[in-house]
Amino acid sequence: MSEKAAIRLRKLSKAFGRIQANDQIDLTVFKGEILALLGENGSGKTTLMNMLSGIYQPDSGFIEMNGKPVTIKSPKDAINLGIGMIHQHFKLVDLFTARENIVLGRKNSELKYSPDDLCKSLKLDIDLDEKVYNMSVSQKQTVEIIKVLTRGADVLILDEPTAVLTPQEIDSLFDILRLMKDEGRAIIIITHKLEEVLEISDRVTVLNKGKSVRTVETSEADRFSLTEMMVGRAVDLEIERLDMPCGDTVLDVHQLSVVTHDGHKELSNVSFELHSGEILGVAGIAGSGQKALCEAIAGLQPISGGSILMDGKRIDGLSPREIIQRGVSMAFIPEDRLGMGLVGSMNIPDNLLLKSYRDTKGPLLKRRSAREEAGNLIERLSISTPGLKTSVSKLSGGNVQKVLLGREINLSPRVLITAYPVRGLDIVASMTIYDMLNEQKKKGVGILFIGEDLDVLLAICDRILVLSGGKVSAIVESRFATKTLLGMKMTGLITDKEDEYV
Amino acid sequence: MSERAIRPIQFHVVQRGETTPLQTWLYRLAAVGLAIVMGGLFLWVLGYNPFLVYAAMLKGALGSAGMQKETIKLMIPLCLTALGVTLAFKMRFWNIGAEGQICAGAIAASYFAYFHNGMPRTLLLVVMAVSAIIFGGLWGLIPAYFKTRFGTNETLFTLMLNYIIGYVITYLREGPWRNPEGGFAAMPRFVKEARLPEVWFPGVGNIHIGWIVMFIMVLGIFFYLRHTKQGYEIAVVGENEATARYAGMPVGKIIMRTMFLSAGLCGLVGMLQVSGPDRQLTDAVANGRGFTAVSVAWLARLSPAGILVVSFLFSVMEKGCSMMQTEFRIPASMSEILQGVILFCVLGAEFFISYRVVRRKEKA
Repeated sequence: MSEKAAIRLRKLSKAFGRIQANDQIDLTVFKGEILALLGENGSGKTTLMNMLSGIYQPDSGFIEMNGKPVTIKSPKDAINLGIGMIHQHFKLVDLFTARENIVLGRKNSELKYSPDDLCKSLKLDIDLDEKVYNMSVSQKQTVEIIKVLTRGADVLILDEPTAVLTPQEIDSLFDILRLMKDEGRAIIIITHKLEEVLEISDRVTVLNKGKSVRTVETSEADRFSLTEMMVGRAVDLEIERLDMPCGDTVLDVHQLSVVTHDGHKELSNVSFELHSGEILGVAGIAGSGQKALCEAIAGLQPISGGSILMDGKRIDGLSPREIIQRGVSMAFIPEDRLGMGLVGSMNIPDNLLLKSYRDTKGPLLKRRSAREEAGNLIERLSISTPGLKTSVSKLSGGNVQKVLLGREINLSPRVLITAYPVRGLDIVASMTIYDMLNEQKKKGVGILFIGEDLDVLLAICDRILVLSGGKVSAIVESRFATKTLLGMKMTGLITDKEDEYV
Repeated sequence: MSERAIRPIQFHVVQRGETTPLQTWLYRLAAVGLAIVMGGLFLWVLGYNPFLVYAAMLKGALGSAGMQKETIKLMIPLCLTALGVTLAFKMRFWNIGAEGQICAGAIAASYFAYFHNGMPRTLLLVVMAVSAIIFGGLWGLIPAYFKTRFGTNETLFTLMLNYIIGYVITYLREGPWRNPEGGFAAMPRFVKEARLPEVWFPGVGNIHIGWIVMFIMVLGIFFYLRHTKQGYEIAVVGENEATARYAGMPVGKIIMRTMFLSAGLCGLVGMLQVSGPDRQLTDAVANGRGFTAVSVAWLARLSPAGILVVSFLFSVMEKGCSMMQTEFRIPASMSEILQGVILFCVLGAEFFISYRVVRRKEKA
């Protein structure tokens, strides 16, 4: 067996300050297999792979390739050893063609395979002379894959490769991975989506809190056993959809258009109604206008056409503060989580003051009530924090998001806009957030839920609006919708051709 | 596969866990110690006995009541200017224009001292102070306006404005405000009514009233930043403008208001200088303090109490170095070298507060 092991990690450890990101991890990948590395955020998956690809050096432990111990000091070493990493965020030069990106910084002699041959053997349908900026997300990903393969990678690491893809694109990515596996390459795929693990991998290694819990054959695992290994106990994975009679229209968005100052059309003629006691999901490929939609409603982004009505009165054109006072709350979780909504270096009470500090009289800040409120919030949402004085940037992602959502809910909003509320959260924390949203729904709040995970949107929302290139390509009742349908609507496959080229 | 690329690692840098405040301060103290040693080595290379030189420096700065008085007089403008730039720095607005804002305040105050000095003394001093704050503030408002309106770079903008206002003073000295009686180009001395009163400083003697202003401002700025809504807004805008907008804060207004206050305080320093120790307007009214104050503010981590301490130490050094010059004929620029070395060491220490270098244990 040992000749067939492409990579063997022995007792690899890495600490960041007091945090032990990886604790004596053992891991083996064989040639011609797909290994899924499964674990919640913060379980150490990315750190482990970064050590393999030469970005971090391990504190202790060692790496064996093809039976020989190696030291990987830099990404260049990793490439020379045949380890290729496909990052979550692509590292391509937009203005260059695919081919130029692939050969960038390499001598011809250093290219082990020609890109054209690779395209043929892996049946990739891609034009290598197309500029990268004209490519879709999945095409860019394909370019990244070709890039590492031409450099002779026979161990491929993919970090959350499906996060940005539609269901159809995921299928074709998996086809490529299976072909590469059949050619004898070793593939490690990092993910936290259980369905994908079960579909694509041969074996699964589960990490929890920096330790490798277990490695199992995928054929012997199922969703529940994997979750139990990830979390450490059995978890109820059912998301509840409350069926409630539809309330009045609270938010009426009519023919909304947004054009940024550099002339880019972010939204065109978006219309929908949001009712009280309803969760309206918004699905779409990343960058389809979700951010502009949130910001337009919150008054942060000037609109260039249409209107936004709340309880029949126009709110477009009002300042963000006036819109907050009318009862619109927005909890937007950007990719770096703290970017908008919370101030990382401040503690929980100070962050709670962010939207309410002006409501008291006089020039002085009233911290006392904020401290009480923070205490209540910590208790009610079981936020784990060392104390009221700890800055929120030191809290874990789940707790940060609870603080943010908790503050918005404390303002007793009528409309709650929440974008990616479970981004990067573990299963248990996500469930808490879903419960919080359902509780608000029960109270009659109209909720606009911008999400990434179609399974979740289908499970929790009453209706789902699909954005595609800044346009509404569909609004569907989620009980009648399927992932495939949403995926097709997201890529605009079933929209009117004419409409697309206007 | 090239074997050459595979080398054993000897050292690498790792993140440190949380350090306690005590540890943090010990590191900084060690850094200052190291800087003093390095400065000593430098003196030794030049052929002096560093111990004697340092002793003379300390004696020169603090040896007698008269010397202490001079040191405190140096400290007043430095501390106040550092407090002024701190307001802007808290907002991550890089106000490198304190030098010019001091000049602007000094010009406004001097205008009243030269041309409207018929008022009663208290009224005249108040008018001078208020006009210095307003004119200094307006001078600082220019880059703030362009930043909020057009997104210009405030670092360059504030820096360039320093030269403009500096040459305005030179122009006034050469032309319209030149003392007709003097032999060389200079501006006249202030009348008695336009000079600051002196107040007894415990244990030292009479120093112009600026020292009281200094202590009030240390407390005032601390309270303003920590306990007022405006101070909170400054912190939020500084941390993250997007968040501030999201929370409905009028970011542009906050930037302009804060910059007005920051520059206004620097303008007040200009008035205190011309009306206090200088007793006339000269083109050396700011004398590099606007830049030294930036170092002081950073070394003090933008804490008002810290600024009080650091500006005192810097003044001791400056005063001590001028003594060094008279006693050992070592140029007073030695003080600037030492300041640079200290800054280098302390900022270097910040690296070791967050990281440490470890030797990797190679496997057997």
